[in-house]
Amino acid sequence: MIEINNVSKSFNNRQVLSDISGVFEPGKVNLIIGGSGEGKSVLAKCMVGLMEVDSGQVLFDGRDFIAMNREEKTLFREEIGMLFQGAALFDSMTVEENIMFPLSMFTKMTKGEMLKRVNFCLERVNLSGRNNLYPSECSGGMQKRIGIARAISMNPKYLFCDEPNSGLDPKTSILIDALIKDITTEYKITTIVITHDMNSVIEIGDNIIFLYDSKKWWQGNNKSIITTDNPEILNFVYASEFMKEIRTSMQGNRNFLMFLFGIVTTLFIS
Amino acid sequence: MGGVIALQTASNMTSPLLPAYTIGYITQSSTILEFSPTIISLILAGKVGSNISSELGSMRVTEQIDALEIMGVNSLSYLVLPKIIAAVMFFPILIIFSMALSLFGGWISLLISNLCSTETYLLGIKTDFKVFNIVYALTKTIVFGFLIASIASFYGYFVKGGSINVGKASTQAVVISSIAILIANFILTQMILL
Repeated sequence: MIEINNVSKSFNNRQVLSDISGVFEPGKVNLIIGGSGEGKSVLAKCMVGLMEVDSGQVLFDGRDFIAMNREEKTLFREEIGMLFQGAALFDSMTVEENIMFPLSMFTKMTKGEMLKRVNFCLERVNLSGRNNLYPSECSGGMQKRIGIARAISMNPKYLFCDEPNSGLDPKTSILIDALIKDITTEYKITTIVITHDMNSVIEIGDNIIFLYDSKKWWQGNNKSIITTDNPEILNFVYASEFMKEIRTSMQGNRNFLMFLFGIVTTLFIS
Repeated sequence: MGGVIALQTASNMTSPLLPAYTIGYITQSSTILEFSPTIISLILAGKVGSNISSELGSMRVTEQIDALEIMGVNSLSYLVLPKIIAAVMFFPILIIFSMALSLFGGWISLLISNLCSTETYLLGIKTDFKVFNIVYALTKTIVFGFLIASIASFYGYFVKGGSINVGKASTQAVVISSIAILIANFILTQMILL
């Protein structure tokens, strides 16, 4: 479980995060959503220590990450996997070498054991047999999946995904979402996904935190986000006119059904 | 380079009082003391410096350095230290090659232009040859190698923004390391030779 308490961060007197608190449970896909520039990636980077917070606490199963010294953080990071927005694969290495890299750095596995683990991770992301490709030879979706394979190669307890669907077609996005969901539930990982992809929100959002105006504006799940009346959330979820029309029609249908239900109930009682 | 030094010395030697082997001597001393270590290091600042800077810069903007940090790898020691060690160790070897090639070039140019015999040229090279000059040149090269690799790494590692900034960082790295080489050359010459 990851817990953040009153995390604040500013850049050049511009407040990006103000007193953000929240709990991210294991085995659930936790989403941090919000518009562009609302501080989603900054929050994730603060949580993993890539950026220093101005104030606040980040607790990984009760361990205060911010209070750790550099050596402790380095050791602790072996428990964290992260998928970056652009996958951040090492250009000079093959797919196999990319996934093998953390294993060779931090484990005492033999070459054969590492290869077995690499093949397992590749199989897990449906990329078996692509060991010898270079990142430049892979499509965007493949790169993201390789990124996930690398992130899970060390059996992390915590998985961070920064906009895993950005730049991908809807079909591949669904594939990536399903993969993240499967891995999270199967290995009981605490997964935090930064996204503004509404499809992901609806598909995999077990716990959703909405950031707005540098604050935690709303918290809920993929069911409550549909029914909320929070105007900022509605503006975010139903951003386009098309989506607004769908919502209006859904509300119309709901009112009509409620009306029918009322008549039937009245008739039944009378 | 050696060829040009030899030809220019030969063409400017108008006084009959100067012995013919002076051509070889001047080629040898200018190549070993200055041209090989300094000029080749300036070339390497352009070639290797921009390479290091753009490589690290691209890694920074594509979040590859962040990925290393997340894995718990100390990115500075993993990426920068080997580059500095490699530069410090292998630049002197390159400079030795360049010295040999430069002296060979001098001999070839004199042979083609028929300005000096092989024996006289070799005599000039051997005249007043000091091993200390080689040590001095290699010491300078080690310092230049360190400066090139560390300055280029600094500019590449701390790049912010996108690909335009990677290009800018690369240019800055080359300019600053070239200036640093010239200043260090002056200071080292003062310290070691005088």
